[in-house]
Amino acid sequence: MSGNGKPYAITLDVGSSLANHTGSWRTERAVYVDRLPPCNDACPAGENIQAWLYEAEEGDGGYERAWRKLVEDNPFPAIMGRVCYHPCESACNRAQLDEAVGIHSVERFLGDEAIERGWRIELEAEPSGKRVLVVGAGPSGLSAAYHLTRLGHSVTIYEAGAMAGGMMRFGIPQYRLPRDVLDAEVRRILDLGIDLELEHKVESAEEAMREGGFDAVFLAVGAHIGRRAYVPAGEAERILDAVSLLESMEGAEPPRLGRRVAVYGGGDTAMDVARTARRLGATDAVVVYRRTRDRMPAHEFEVEEAAQEGVMMKWLSTVKRFEGGKLLLERMELDETGFPQPTGEVEELEADSLVLALGQEADLALLEGVSGIEVADGVVQVGPNMMTGHAGIFAGGDMVPAERTVTVGVGHGKKAARNIDAWLRGEAYEPAAKHRLADFDSLNTWYYADAPRAEQPRLEVARRASSFEEVVGGLDEDNALYEARRCLSCGNCFSCDNCYGVCPDNAVIKLGAPGERYEIDLDYCKGCGLCVAECPCGAIEMVPEEV
Amino acid sequence: MAEQRVKLYQAGTFVVGNRLLEPDERTVQARMDRSNSLTSGHRACQGCGEALGARYALDAAMRATDGKLIAANATGCLEVFSTPFPESSWQLPWIHSLFGNAPAVASGVAAALRAKGREDIRVIGQGGDGGTVDIGFGCLSGMFERGDDVLFVCYDNEAYMNTGVQRSGATPPAARTANTKPIDGHPGNAFGQGKDMPRIAMAHRIPYVATATVADLRDLECKVERAMELRGPRYLHLFVPCPLGWGAQACDTIKIARLVRETGLFPVFEAEDGEVTTVAKIRRQVPVEEYLRPQRRYAHLFGEHGHPEIVARLQAMADENIRRYDLLPNDGCNALATHEGVKTLHPAGDGAL
Repeated sequence: MSGNGKPYAITLDVGSSLANHTGSWRTERAVYVDRLPPCNDACPAGENIQAWLYEAEEGDGGYERAWRKLVEDNPFPAIMGRVCYHPCESACNRAQLDEAVGIHSVERFLGDEAIERGWRIELEAEPSGKRVLVVGAGPSGLSAAYHLTRLGHSVTIYEAGAMAGGMMRFGIPQYRLPRDVLDAEVRRILDLGIDLELEHKVESAEEAMREGGFDAVFLAVGAHIGRRAYVPAGEAERILDAVSLLESMEGAEPPRLGRRVAVYGGGDTAMDVARTARRLGATDAVVVYRRTRDRMPAHEFEVEEAAQEGVMMKWLSTVKRFEGGKLLLERMELDETGFPQPTGEVEELEADSLVLALGQEADLALLEGVSGIEVADGVVQVGPNMMTGHAGIFAGGDMVPAERTVTVGVGHGKKAARNIDAWLRGEAYEPAAKHRLADFDSLNTWYYADAPRAEQPRLEVARRASSFEEVVGGLDEDNALYEARRCLSCGNCFSCDNCYGVCPDNAVIKLGAPGERYEIDLDYCKGCGLCVAECPCGAIEMVPEEV
Repeated sequence: MAEQRVKLYQAGTFVVGNRLLEPDERTVQARMDRSNSLTSGHRACQGCGEALGARYALDAAMRATDGKLIAANATGCLEVFSTPFPESSWQLPWIHSLFGNAPAVASGVAAALRAKGREDIRVIGQGGDGGTVDIGFGCLSGMFERGDDVLFVCYDNEAYMNTGVQRSGATPPAARTANTKPIDGHPGNAFGQGKDMPRIAMAHRIPYVATATVADLRDLECKVERAMELRGPRYLHLFVPCPLGWGAQACDTIKIARLVRETGLFPVFEAEDGEVTTVAKIRRQVPVEEYLRPQRRYAHLFGEHGHPEIVARLQAMADENIRRYDLLPNDGCNALATHEGVKTLHPAGDGAL
């Protein structure tokens, strides 16, 4: 021992390096962020897809949490998982790695689970005492009614038809959307205490609002008048429009189309009609379209499934005349702008009936004479808050300028509900600021396991021709869990512990409780950026220190 | 119908932890009670691979031995940045003597423990590549030959970094160091020299030899755990990038360690009693250029006055490793460990209801 009571040659007390705050070396610091996943960014219904997939990844109890997160934005998971054209999957970063996550198939699984297990929505908001009228019980109207009810308002729906569902019932064939699924999701909304009056056609929006003593109105009457084209035809020839045809499929008597059916148009509706015709017994179902396949507005899978079912396509053709059971078609040619020009060459096509699927128009009679309303291109103009030029009258869905899909309609309903809610309180709705997009380059994809997409089973083609049974099957639980776990969680921490592990300075603190993430210990963080580089999902960024 | 069972666990086992895994399936580094054998406040450079590797290896060893562990450390960065008198970053019994005698000191500690009947306490010797393959080489070989019960860990950053980046016996060909400068037609370190320390260790026919990198934590932890199950001399050669000495970004330390394995330049394997028993297969093979480019010590190989013929020689070395250790996946599908979430794959599209 040396004279100072310490072991030989020790003059200072031994201490820990914790006394040395290496954080002072730092010129940049790591900061946890949330970025906007591309799927969320692309969803017309504003779903927080990454967040509900995060819950679903946990399996078991996670499915119900996922479903509850999902229905905060969209009350129709089972429907949406079947009929949405899933722009989320087109945007999915995983598509650049192997294949996009099958978001729709997981959504459908959750929706079907909810129906099977009878999950209900609980109302939490205090009643506001306000009454709102919704006109039209289609996707947009039902969505608005649902969200308004959850916000505490009392909602009445007037629906001109005999059943709720709108285009989900009268436009989408059963083989794509079984009616028990539709009924279950609609019923769950109505069970919240919404007053639905069927076969109640509104003649004037303004009067209906005044007479019923409503504080606001949301119009969502859709676009269900089939656009006609003039086709010279003999008196005996059978010409129908697609919307009426699909609507009549919901009646007791199936429409009579004959054995040879021609469908004029190139959208999804044309495909739906041709596929329906095949199921009704048509031996020949021919889609006549004036442009080429790559210019067809119909979605790829619709065209493919139609072709599998024996639907034939006649490209670059227009209908000149329909006479004596024969269609006279003229061959077209695309000019340099891609517009079809007549060539004068004609051919004949035998047909028992011709269905026009040339688009739909909105019936805006209920707005006639209402002050402040502006109509352009056959649709009602609305502001960014979904309100028309008439105070208190809001509108959405197919009757306003937008892409006409169920999902867009549902999104309009939610957006309108939030704006109506704010407007009723004399405020303006301020949507939360969007986070910066989590693009592919912000990810470190090394960490994700290689995993091809789970394919949904499909009904055998032979069985499709004779039945309206659903064509696309759902995933079972194993596959749904697998598919959910393919999510990269772009831009949002999924608690992988990488930052906690890779810090050479132990300067990442793991908070530990479920759902809690991590913190940077700025006393020791040297600002090397390893945690940022090795974060799989791009949820950390480097921010320069103020010098 | 052809069916394939695929298990998926989102981020696989590549990440450190994962909230969905059972706690005992996560890495030691994911645990909130990891021992942090090398704690905060040490003076290693930003993004130091050696500091990271030392914590990874020692925390795993601490867990495997229930905290009954003593470490003997050679002189070098690891010692200098962790213990400037009177501070220490070590949270385990730790002893430093000289540059060249760490294996001998570790042997002595093991002998003392044996004499005291405390063979439950285990010993690790550790050092950088200089202290291991050059200066401490004789002591290490002796430790192997005598059969001492020590795990020796070499943190290989491929040069003498502490004294200013001088060439060691582990410096790879063509790399620039302070004394292998790419001037006058000498393009960096010479080919054909240097020592393949893991194979030299294997030639001693000791119970266990393994290589690992800081880019694959699970693999590293498994190897430490395996080493601690065994008795006698064991050797772990750990690849730890040095941002300062290699002229790389501090944030690229793990990326570079990942790339060295994916090129084949650094074969990752384990061997028992002198025979290779397992190899870590390449997952996404990349040309050596992708590994060399982010490092300024190889900058002279590229650009207008570059040396594509040298890059080709380095590629040939990688290809030779790939052949020698059979590093490419055999069946085209990578057999990476996975967990929950089982899926049966059907051929796309035609699975009937």
